[in-house]
Amino acid sequence: MDISKDLVAASAAPLVLAILADGDSYGYAIIKRVGELSGGHLQWTDGMLYPVLHRLERLGHVEARWAKSESGRRRRYYRITRAGQAHLKTQRQQWQVVDATLREIWMESSLVASEWRLLPQWRVEATC
Amino acid sequence: MLTHDDALEAQITQWRSWLRRRPAIRDADVEELEGHLRDLVADLRTAGLAADEAFLVAVKRLGDLDAVSREFAREHSERLWKQLVMAKDSRREPSRSLAREGTVVMGLAAAAAAAIKLPELFGYPHIGSGDGFFDSGTFYFPNVGFFVLPFLAGYFAWKRRLDRSGCLRLALAFAAAALAINAFPFTAGGHTQTLAALHLPIALWLAVGIAYSGGRWFDGSRRMDFVRFSGELFIYYVLMALGGGVLTGFTVVSFAAIGVDMEWFAQQWMLPCGAMGAVIVGAWLVEAKQSVVENMAPVLTRLFTPLFAAALLALLITMAWTGSGIDMDREVLIGFDLLLAVVLGLLLYAISARDVQAGPGAFDALQLLLVVCALVVDAVALSAIAGRISEFGLSPNRLAALGENLVLLVNLAWSARLYARFLTGRGPFAALERWQTAYLPVYAVWAAVVVVAFPPLFGFM
Repeated sequence: MDISKDLVAASAAPLVLAILADGDSYGYAIIKRVGELSGGHLQWTDGMLYPVLHRLERLGHVEARWAKSESGRRRRYYRITRAGQAHLKTQRQQWQVVDATLREIWMESSLVASEWRLLPQWRVEATC
Repeated sequence: MLTHDDALEAQITQWRSWLRRRPAIRDADVEELEGHLRDLVADLRTAGLAADEAFLVAVKRLGDLDAVSREFAREHSERLWKQLVMAKDSRREPSRSLAREGTVVMGLAAAAAAAIKLPELFGYPHIGSGDGFFDSGTFYFPNVGFFVLPFLAGYFAWKRRLDRSGCLRLALAFAAAALAINAFPFTAGGHTQTLAALHLPIALWLAVGIAYSGGRWFDGSRRMDFVRFSGELFIYYVLMALGGGVLTGFTVVSFAAIGVDMEWFAQQWMLPCGAMGAVIVGAWLVEAKQSVVENMAPVLTRLFTPLFAAALLALLITMAWTGSGIDMDREVLIGFDLLLAVVLGLLLYAISARDVQAGPGAFDALQLLLVVCALVVDAVALSAIAGRISEFGLSPNRLAALGENLVLLVNLAWSARLYARFLTGRGPFAALERWQTAYLPVYAVWAAVVVVAFPPLFGFM
C-alpha cells in the first residue's frame, strides 16, 4: 500500500519528533525506524528527510551536533529540544482528533455495511 | 583490475560531485547525505547485494537529486539568494519569460520617468526650478514617492501574479496616501508637512513590500527576502547614480566644448527622469542578477560592524571619562535616531546573510556588543530629550524624533535579549530572525501615523 504524498509530508515532522523523543538519533536510523514501525508501508524518499530535519532545527524543535560514528566517519546526531517536545504534544493531540474522527465515521459506515451484508466487519476495526 | 570497493568509492565520489554542484546543498549537507548513502550501501551488502547493485539501489532510495535539491532550496531559500535555481522550477515559482520581463521593466521605467515630467503639463514649474527640489513648499517633495513607487509595486504585482483583490488594495493604499498628503491644509513649508513628506516613502515602502511578497506578506522568509532586496536595491541605486552623474557631467562638459549649452537638459530631463527610471531598473537588476555579484549589503555589514562598535565604545568611554553629558538640541536627537537606524541596519543585514544553522561565533558577540553600546548611548540621549521636552513642551519634530527613537529602541533591546540567549545557547538564532521580520510593519505604521495623524494633531503648522 502506497501512502499518498500529502499524507507522508504531513506526518513527517511528527514522526521524526516522536522517534527522537525516544532518544537521540541520526538520519539513516530514523528512516529505518519509520520503515520498521510502519511495517514497510511508510516509504520515504530518503533524501527528503534531511530538509525536514533542517526545518525542525531552524524552528528550534531539534538540535544537531556532529559526532564520530562507530565507523569513524562524522555523523550528524539530532536531539529533541524542550520546545520540540511541547510541539510534539500538541501535534499528538491534533492527530488523535483526526484519528478519532475517522474511526467514528468508519465505525458507523462499517456497521451499516455489516448489517446490510450481514458480515462481522467490526473485527477489522478492532484490530487497527 | 579494480576491486569492488575501489569501484564503489569511485561511484560515491562521482555522486558526491554531482551533489556539490547544487547551490542549495552545502558541503555539510553533502557529508550528511553521503553518510546516509554509505550506511544504506553497507546494509544492502550485508543483505547480499553486490557493491554496484547496492550503490544503485541506495542512490535510488535517496531520491531524484533534482527533487531533493529543490526541497533543500525550499528550506534554505537564503542560500539561493546568490543563485537563480528557483527560476528554473516553473511549477513552484511561476516566473515570466526574461524577454517579456525586460520589455515590461523598460516600459515601467519609462512610465516612471514620464510621470515626473507630467506635472509640468498641468502648469507646475519644472523640477529643480525656483525654490528647489527639497523645499517642502513645492509640489514635488511631498509627492516624490508617487512618481515611482506605484510603478515598482506594479512591477512586482505583475511578476508575482498578485491576485485582483491584492492589486486593488495596493491601489487604494496609494490613492489614500496621495489624497492625504495633498488634501491636508498644510501651512506651506511647515514642520508637519516636512515630517509627512519625509515619512511617506517609509509607509509606501511597506506597500511595495506587500507587492514584492506576492500576497504572502505573513511569510517570514518572504519578508526577509524583501529586506535583502531593499539593501541590494539601495546599493545598485547608488552605483547607478554614480554612473549617471558621470554620464551627466560628461554630456554637459563635452557639449560646452563645442559651444552648446546642455545644462538645462541635464537638469530638467536627465537627472529627474534618470532618478525615477533607475529605481525600476535597479529593482529588476536585483531580481535578475543576483547570481552575477556577491550580495553587497552583507559584505558591507561585516566590514562596518566592528568599526561602528569601536566608534560607539570610544564615545561611551570618553563620555564616562570626561563626565560630559549630551548637549541636546534637535539635530543631535535626529543624529541619534540615525545612529540607531544604522545599528539596526547592520543587525538586519547581518541576520539576513547569516547561516541559520551555524552556531554562535565571534561575530555574533561583536554584534551584541554593538547593539548594547548603541542602547547605552541612546539611553543617555533619551534622558536628555526627556528633560528638554518637559522644559519646552512637545513640538511635532520632537515627538516624531522621540517616537522613532522608541520604535528603534524597543527593537534593539529585544534583539539584544534574543542575541544574548542565542550566545548562551538558550535560544535558536531563528528567534532573532522571526523577531526582525515580525517587527517590519511597525516602522511603516509609525511612519503612517506621522503622515496621517500628526498634521491634524498639531494644527497643520
